[in-house]
Amino acid sequence: MSEINSAGGPGSPQNGVLTTGPGVGQLVPPPSTRSRRRGNGLYRYLLVRFLLIFPTIFILVTTVFFLMRITGDPITAALGGRLTPDQLAERRHAAGYDRPIIVQYLNYLGNIARGDFGTTYSDNQAVTKILTSYGSATLELVLYSLVITFLIGIPLGRLAARNRDRWPDAVLRVFAILAYATPVFFLGLLLKLVFSVKLGWLPVSGRISASGEVQMQQILNPTPFYLLDAIRLGSPALIGDVLSHAILPALALGMLNGGVFLRLMRTNLIGTLDRQYIESARSRGVSESRLVTKHATKPALIPVITVMGMQIALMLGGAVLTETTFEWKGLGFMLAQYMTSRDYVAVQGIVMMLAVIVALANFVVDVIAALIDPRVRY
Amino acid sequence: MSQPVPLGVESRREPWYLRLPVIADVRRSVGLQRGMLVTGLVLTSILVLVAIFAPLLAPYTWAQTSADGVSFGTQQPPSAKHPFGTTVSGFDVASRVIWGARTAVLVILAAVVMSIVLGVLLGLVSGYLGGWLDRILTMITDAIYAFPSLLLAIVMSIVISGGQSSAFGGIMSAAISITVVYVPQYFRVIRAETIRLKAEPFVEAAKVTGAPVRRILFGHIFRNSTRTLPLIFTLNASDAVLTLAGLGFMGFGIEPTSASEWGYDLNRAMADVSSGLWWTSIFPGVAIVLSVLGITLVGESMNDLNDPRLRRRRASKKATSADTRGDEPTADAQEVR
Repeated sequence: MSEINSAGGPGSPQNGVLTTGPGVGQLVPPPSTRSRRRGNGLYRYLLVRFLLIFPTIFILVTTVFFLMRITGDPITAALGGRLTPDQLAERRHAAGYDRPIIVQYLNYLGNIARGDFGTTYSDNQAVTKILTSYGSATLELVLYSLVITFLIGIPLGRLAARNRDRWPDAVLRVFAILAYATPVFFLGLLLKLVFSVKLGWLPVSGRISASGEVQMQQILNPTPFYLLDAIRLGSPALIGDVLSHAILPALALGMLNGGVFLRLMRTNLIGTLDRQYIESARSRGVSESRLVTKHATKPALIPVITVMGMQIALMLGGAVLTETTFEWKGLGFMLAQYMTSRDYVAVQGIVMMLAVIVALANFVVDVIAALIDPRVRY
Repeated sequence: MSQPVPLGVESRREPWYLRLPVIADVRRSVGLQRGMLVTGLVLTSILVLVAIFAPLLAPYTWAQTSADGVSFGTQQPPSAKHPFGTTVSGFDVASRVIWGARTAVLVILAAVVMSIVLGVLLGLVSGYLGGWLDRILTMITDAIYAFPSLLLAIVMSIVISGGQSSAFGGIMSAAISITVVYVPQYFRVIRAETIRLKAEPFVEAAKVTGAPVRRILFGHIFRNSTRTLPLIFTLNASDAVLTLAGLGFMGFGIEPTSASEWGYDLNRAMADVSSGLWWTSIFPGVAIVLSVLGITLVGESMNDLNDPRLRRRRASKKATSADTRGDEPTADAQEVR
């Protein structure tokens, strides 16, 4: 217990290892820059942070709306060459796109406030429905990839920290940079090429095989996650089917964050290993490996996790690309589909909803960070 | 580095400033650090050289499907005539990879120049004037910053080109899309520096002598706030390559006939991969990885070497004999993207 307290507590702030840190960290939006007043209580911070969600969402919605309208209305974009000008004008009038832009904008804001993000043109679905039916697939993929990220980040980060400045550290450092330099979709294609096509071990794409999908439909109240459903059906073959489809996409997306995680882990572990409680444990005869695994890891993980939380935007972008690569039918895949069919209402709706999700997620992360680490609140 | 001392004479040599840090860094680095920096510089130089000499290096142009009246054939495996094979559309992969370097470099240059100009201008004005303008600008850039950059770039490319484009239009729209993503970063850094410098005596002195705001901003503050720019430049440049490729992969890149773009080629190679053809995806992919790797290695090394916090850390650690060649800003740099 004591080690957690001494590392998570206000400790030694000059040792800028924890949390976001300065340096180039100026580029990272630290939650604290928004409320500079010192000495405020936790509640005040949380309140201010909460209220800041609204202008953020407002700005994003406004920006995206006007940007998308600069080029013209969605109907002309989607149906442009296919209808006569008269028909086009009629459709535009019916949808209200011939009204002044300000009226349209206010109308749109009102709709969004009621949770209506519009209806797609290509397949006439409510955008919110797309979110609920495909968002879960994206969430499932992101969760799998997080497992991979942790599996890569924690042990390798430990290894690097224990061998600081020796060859394993150097190798891992290069590995982390490579993980960053490799675009998710290229890594995805490579994995596919090796494990699906050449070796034939894993399926090429999709979330589940065709026969598995038929089985899935027997479930009365399907959960959003295929894996849960497969477990509920109790069929090992189905569980295997779902998992084998998930491995490669999860690896591709997990590596993207795995490299970052590894380095954050290493840096923070080195920071915690310098602490006095580690020294005192060492003097009591605790073995080196136990020091790292039992004493230093947990406190080092706390800031790492809050920083990883700030990577949500990056992860969503990565998920969009991964889904396209593996034809994983989630939000990103649908986004790409709608983009090719030039259905900009759908694109706009999905983009805005993702923006709202990111804004909310960032808020949650900031709250967690503030609860864990009192220094964040200043 | 010649140190960020505010000396008018020294900072007048602006063009040298961008190069000087790199040379100084190589001399100052040791061991693994030097290896990384030199590797990065070599890879980056190769990228730039290939981009410049693409017409000489590439056997064909990027959109050529036949030479001397003989068609290349589609999806041909690597051979003497086509060292990297041909694509599904019958293009020569090697030529497209080589010409792709030119597209990448052009986009990086355009994007980074535009975002520096915009970001620096806004940051200076916002930081110096303060008040409501500052608040609004900060809020907007914060909001943009929180937005997934790929999505933002997609929206921008719809706006700019409606999704399809000519060579110039395509390169510019990719560059502008990326610019919008990066302006907030330059804005933040320059704004923070401006706020710090605003209180410095030499700015006060300039004010007292009656210097106009423009001169204070550009003559006094800007020249002293550029210290961190080369660093962000390299970090953004590598990220720009990835964003460009991501855009192309999502089908929002540059038309294959107007210029060659690696991300687009990878998109087209997706079907090839499923049928076991490796050459159409591996070569453009490796080109992306090597370009990003090179630029990142340079940026990372400069980051490590130029962080005053680190230098202090190193010096103080020497006394206690535990040398952390502190990777921590590197970790920060990573999380920046």
